[in-house]
Amino acid sequence: MSIAVAIDRVEKRFASLQALAGVSLQIAEGEFFGLLGPNGAGKTTLISCLAGLARPDAGSLTVMGHDVVGDYRAARRLLGVVPQELVFDPFFSVRETLRIQSGYFGIRRNDDWIDEILANLDLTSKADTNMRRLSGGMKRRVLVAQALVHKPPVIVLDEPTAGVDVELRQGLWQFVRRLNRDGHTVILTTHYLEEAEALCGRIAMLKQGRVVALDSTSNLLARFAGQTLSVRLAAPAALPPMLRARATENDGTWIFHLAGLHEIEPLLATLREAGCHIDDLRLTQTDLEDVFLGVMTSDRAA
Amino acid sequence: MLGFRTLLYKEVLRFWKVSFQTVAAPVLTAMLYLMIFSHVLEAHVQVHGVPYAAFLIPGLVMMSALQNAFANSSSSLIQSKVTGSVVFVLLPPISYGEFFLAYVVAAMLRGVMVGAGVLLVTSWFALPQMQSPLWVLTFIVLGGGIMGALGTVAGIWADKFDQLAGFQNFLVMPLTMLSGVFYSIHSLPDFWQQISHFNPVFYMIDGFRFGFFGVSDVAPETSLAVVGTSFALVSAATLLLLRSGYKLRS
Repeated sequence: MSIAVAIDRVEKRFASLQALAGVSLQIAEGEFFGLLGPNGAGKTTLISCLAGLARPDAGSLTVMGHDVVGDYRAARRLLGVVPQELVFDPFFSVRETLRIQSGYFGIRRNDDWIDEILANLDLTSKADTNMRRLSGGMKRRVLVAQALVHKPPVIVLDEPTAGVDVELRQGLWQFVRRLNRDGHTVILTTHYLEEAEALCGRIAMLKQGRVVALDSTSNLLARFAGQTLSVRLAAPAALPPMLRARATENDGTWIFHLAGLHEIEPLLATLREAGCHIDDLRLTQTDLEDVFLGVMTSDRAA
Repeated sequence: MLGFRTLLYKEVLRFWKVSFQTVAAPVLTAMLYLMIFSHVLEAHVQVHGVPYAAFLIPGLVMMSALQNAFANSSSSLIQSKVTGSVVFVLLPPISYGEFFLAYVVAAMLRGVMVGAGVLLVTSWFALPQMQSPLWVLTFIVLGGGIMGALGTVAGIWADKFDQLAGFQNFLVMPLTMLSGVFYSIHSLPDFWQQISHFNPVFYMIDGFRFGFFGVSDVAPETSLAVVGTSFALVSAATLLLLRSGYKLRS
């Protein structure tokens, strides 16, 4: 499969802050790729470098093989970026905004496609409304529409659902999923880890300008593995000493981190033999949040 | 070139949608100047053998055109920088040359529109005969271009509206007001006459006025040379600034 986005040893410094310290990533065509990291990890800087909004100090970035500096015209035509900030031009209506954006990309008479995007984003009734009169959620959708006017094969969404209500978030997820199914490569940065878990096939985690984890979402989940078993014992039973070493207590509940489901049976057997009665028992799957916290605290390299 | 044309269209549409403020208001201001000054001075003053009101009109036309050309590119850029919408013109494949042309030509067009408006409403006071429309057109286009480019620089440089206002009030206003709009520099003391020769706006006004009356403080060829050189220098500086990505691409 060919490479949609190649990022090679990219460095970027702002005064004393090393925003990117040698980031390398390859994103294949058709991937749904997640870029995660805490605030200030360098996600937006990396996207800015890809979009030509910032210039890297070292390294190179290409979009579908076109260098974003040397061959910027081709690279930018192949890239659609939904910026993080809720920005708009207050002089124009939604349709004017999209027509103008099409023209910037050299596309004339784009109304059929514009109508289709508007319909897909549920904006048809707002087509002739001035941008100033739209709600925050609507403005966010227009930003998505603006990124799509030139039918870019690679779409970057920089925290598209920040501050967006649940309904719109679900709508956006559905829409972006469909774009991905239709063959678009999607790069998503988000603070919502359940969003990345639900959508992204592969994830890179950034910390202080470095990639600290890079794997498929399922591998990442497996790596930090497994499940958590929470057990509450009926009073007055105490946890047998041999189990105490591997459990942590939280408000009367004992929590066991399991490497696999096979550990459950022996654990329960030990409790039974010690004469413990169980009041409550819960098994939870490790989610991306656990992985994220694990990576960020352990600094484990990719 | 469609990128350039769209950006130009958007810049023109932007000021046209608020034309009451961007075109009508400066025309009214110029008319008020004319009414007041011509009322006070008409009976007393002739310049280059021309009645004062007629002498004043081309100066007002050019001053309004220059100030509005500057205001157009500078305010458009600072607004889009402050609101963040500048990203919409930075993401597409628009070159810095196209960017420059679009902002400068839009500024020029607003300048010419305001200038034409001032000429229209002041003409019933004392319509000056246009002796050489080519000089008139050349100077207003070049002058608008210089101010449009300067406005582009100011809009890129300023981070806040008050910085831009400083640029406008402490540079553009004095240069245009002290350029011989309201007087012939021959009426000034020697020292101030000399100083005026260092003001490029003086040559814009003087050359423009020559197109109407066929008389001027300095030869129109000299004015054209100064204005043409200024245009080339300011344009080159603006292009270099845009190419560097200063304050636009970090």
